[in-house]
Amino acid sequence: MRFFPVGASALLVELDHPDAVLGLHAEIERRRAQGWGPSLTDVVPAARTILLDGVADLDAVAGELSGWVIPAAVPPDGPIVEIPCSYAGADLATVAALWRVSEAEVARIHSGVAYRVAFCGFAPGFAYLSGLGEELAVPRRTSPRTAVPPGSVALASTYTGIYPRSSPGGWQLIGHTEAKIWDPDRQPPALLSPGTRVKFVDVT
Amino acid sequence: MPGSATIRVDRPGALTTVQDAGRPGLAHLGVPRAGALDPAAHRLANRLVGNPATAPVLETTLDGVALKLSEPSAAAVTAAVTGAVAPVRLDGRAVGCGVPVLMRPGQVLDVGRASAGVRCYVAVSGGFAVPVVLGSASADLLSGLGSPPLSAGQLLPLGPPAGPPAVIDVAPYSIPSGHIDLRVQLGPRDGWLSAAGLATLTGATFSVMPASNRIGLRLQGPPVGQSDHGELPSEGIVWGAVQLLPSGGLVIFLADHPTTGGYPVVAVVDPAGFGACAQAAPGTAVSFHPVPRGQAPA
Repeated sequence: MRFFPVGASALLVELDHPDAVLGLHAEIERRRAQGWGPSLTDVVPAARTILLDGVADLDAVAGELSGWVIPAAVPPDGPIVEIPCSYAGADLATVAALWRVSEAEVARIHSGVAYRVAFCGFAPGFAYLSGLGEELAVPRRTSPRTAVPPGSVALASTYTGIYPRSSPGGWQLIGHTEAKIWDPDRQPPALLSPGTRVKFVDVT
Repeated sequence: MPGSATIRVDRPGALTTVQDAGRPGLAHLGVPRAGALDPAAHRLANRLVGNPATAPVLETTLDGVALKLSEPSAAAVTAAVTGAVAPVRLDGRAVGCGVPVLMRPGQVLDVGRASAGVRCYVAVSGGFAVPVVLGSASADLLSGLGSPPLSAGQLLPLGPPAGPPAVIDVAPYSIPSGHIDLRVQLGPRDGWLSAAGLATLTGATFSVMPASNRIGLRLQGPPVGQSDHGELPSEGIVWGAVQLLPSGGLVIFLADHPTTGGYPVVAVVDPAGFGACAQAAPGTAVSFHPVPRGQAPA
């Protein structure tokens, strides 16, 4: 665990592995629910880091985090959000070729994996879902689309993402979902928040 | 009791949005903070008209806005303009910045082109009662949350006045400068700077580019050298983060910044400098002054 001050009142915590980020984030949220870190305004997990904003004493918080015993793996419990997915995306053939399988097999493989929201970013409600193995990593498109349709289920690297609204994007589109990913009038507005477990259901 | 008053937008200006204190606390869902770019000017405008400090106001960009108090049956309201220095007229009569102004039904408040600075804040007693999204009335130009920028003829409802206007004639304010000195704390990724890059960051003078907006100030200047680190996985960003682009260019992120980014943040501007950043017009000179940890002003 490495600590980097971010200005006078934020702290960036860097970890060696994405799973360690999930574990520490779950522990921070568990303790926040019990009143820890009352001055914190934002806790932002990312690929290898967690940003704590609104920290009153950077050294004290770094010292506390270092002393915590963090569960080695995120407990495999909690609710699962099921995402119905029609696997007929514009880049399905490209992904099938990269994986050296048929298009139907892409759907079978992708809907067979247990995912978890590693972090959100890029747009409100856009979740980076981890779960695919390194051997299934795909590159971004060399030329990003100017408008990706909302509900597009897409791959980049080992992440799966779902576009909450129409936006430019360079991820490989493998499918589409009718699930409402983001609704500012709903509580909570994001269907997928960090730590949420996700399962895709093939409705092609 | 008269019905609540309504403001009619006679001239929307280049980019005028409703802003309050924004949406902190949702960055983990990818929701930008948003909110008034010049927080001190926002609070002052509200205090002058008797509003709570974080009530929704209008934030203009360079060429102001013209507003008419349109509801004939409504009582008069109090308005105040802070932030950038600009001519302010009520029905053609000069009234000035930083003053509470009584505005009667039918009168037009016109905020002209800024002579120093970029953004004026127009507060009206009662505040602008536009729909609140995720706890804020702010327009977020990165994600599209909140009300879109004002358009001509648009009607803006006002809330009920919260308290009496300030009993002062004029509030002192500082005139935005053509050269801003920003106190920064180096890091979190200052290790990605080459030795020459660190010297450039802290020694050179940069210039604000016209492509700057509420998301960030883009700076022109000598390229800031980077040591070879490969690729940085995306990580969380704060308001004031100074990001180093692969080209050697710099961006200072402002309120509508993305919640995460994949280029190294080499320094962070002290919040006391946010107002100066908000008022930095294209061509403004910028220099960075690193302060050791623990010495930044509160």
